[in-house]
Amino acid sequence: MGIEQKLGNLGFITTTLEQAVNWARKRSMWPLASGLACCAIEMMSTQCADYDMSRFGMEIMRPSPRQSDLLIVAGRVTRKMAPVLRRLYDQMPDPKYVIAMGDCCSCGGIFNNYAIVPGVDEVMPVDVYIAGCPPRPEALLHGIMTLHDKVMNTKLDRWA
Amino acid sequence: MKPIEEGIKHLREQAGNYVRKETTFLDSPAFEIAAEGIVEVCRNLNEGPGKFDFLAALTAVDYFPDRPRFKVVYELLNSSQPDLLRLEVLLDESEELDSISAVFPNANWHEREVWDMFGIPFRNHSDLRRILMPQDWVGHPLRKDYPLGYEEVQFSFNFDEIDRRKRYAKE
Repeated sequence: MGIEQKLGNLGFITTTLEQAVNWARKRSMWPLASGLACCAIEMMSTQCADYDMSRFGMEIMRPSPRQSDLLIVAGRVTRKMAPVLRRLYDQMPDPKYVIAMGDCCSCGGIFNNYAIVPGVDEVMPVDVYIAGCPPRPEALLHGIMTLHDKVMNTKLDRWA
Repeated sequence: MKPIEEGIKHLREQAGNYVRKETTFLDSPAFEIAAEGIVEVCRNLNEGPGKFDFLAALTAVDYFPDRPRFKVVYELLNSSQPDLLRLEVLLDESEELDSISAVFPNANWHEREVWDMFGIPFRNHSDLRRILMPQDWVGHPLRKDYPLGYEEVQFSFNFDEIDRRKRYAKE
């Protein structure tokens, strides 16, 4: 991007503010450690050695929502847990992104009863849905890369 | 004599007036107990020669159109022998039962679960409130006349019409 494509290596790059901001946002997203059920095991194994999530900038799972900007909802959401999750989402500062990992938080999964919320998008707006029960670490990484594409394509509409 | 037989003999001698019926299922004895004597019977089995010192299970069953409606099932275990003893109490719709948490302290949460799921209240319970469902939930989910609470499955032929009716969070 920019004039260095035409003029060669001048020692600087030029880009738009939008692309620079989006690049910074996608490359340093810190997830909140919000594993609820079995999908959390796959999320943990994605964070660990073989399928490293730190390559994507997600070095640590922050325990506090005030310091994180990605909420990976991993696992089934019960009716009792739904207001708690909403409170966590509200405490995250903008810009925040939500990944619904697994079948149970995308659509209710194999559960269809009084206790499980059929899809976490009844509780908070979701950016990326990942299918699988549980999704393999590669699937979670593909979902994260899809989220990165979404972040790169967002326009800067607020100066904040 | 095996400890379980001694325990049963002790029960029949001391608190036999509460025992209504005795059955056996797969070598394991089961006693139907009157509702007012359950604490007495549990204390008897706990402190008697049978030494049933472990409450393995406390659940309830709902036989909805039949009366009496509920059957509360207690399973007692002797920790040194592999012997399981079952006590059953038949209850009607809004009858209460005495709490056995003085005899077996782990019955506290089991009775909270029975209250939450079936609506059977326990007298002398220290903290009888919901344990699995949210605090402001109405209804007792494991009763037979409680609705299943499912939503219609979204296939590709009815995707759009369910999509219009479904609740989505906006911000």
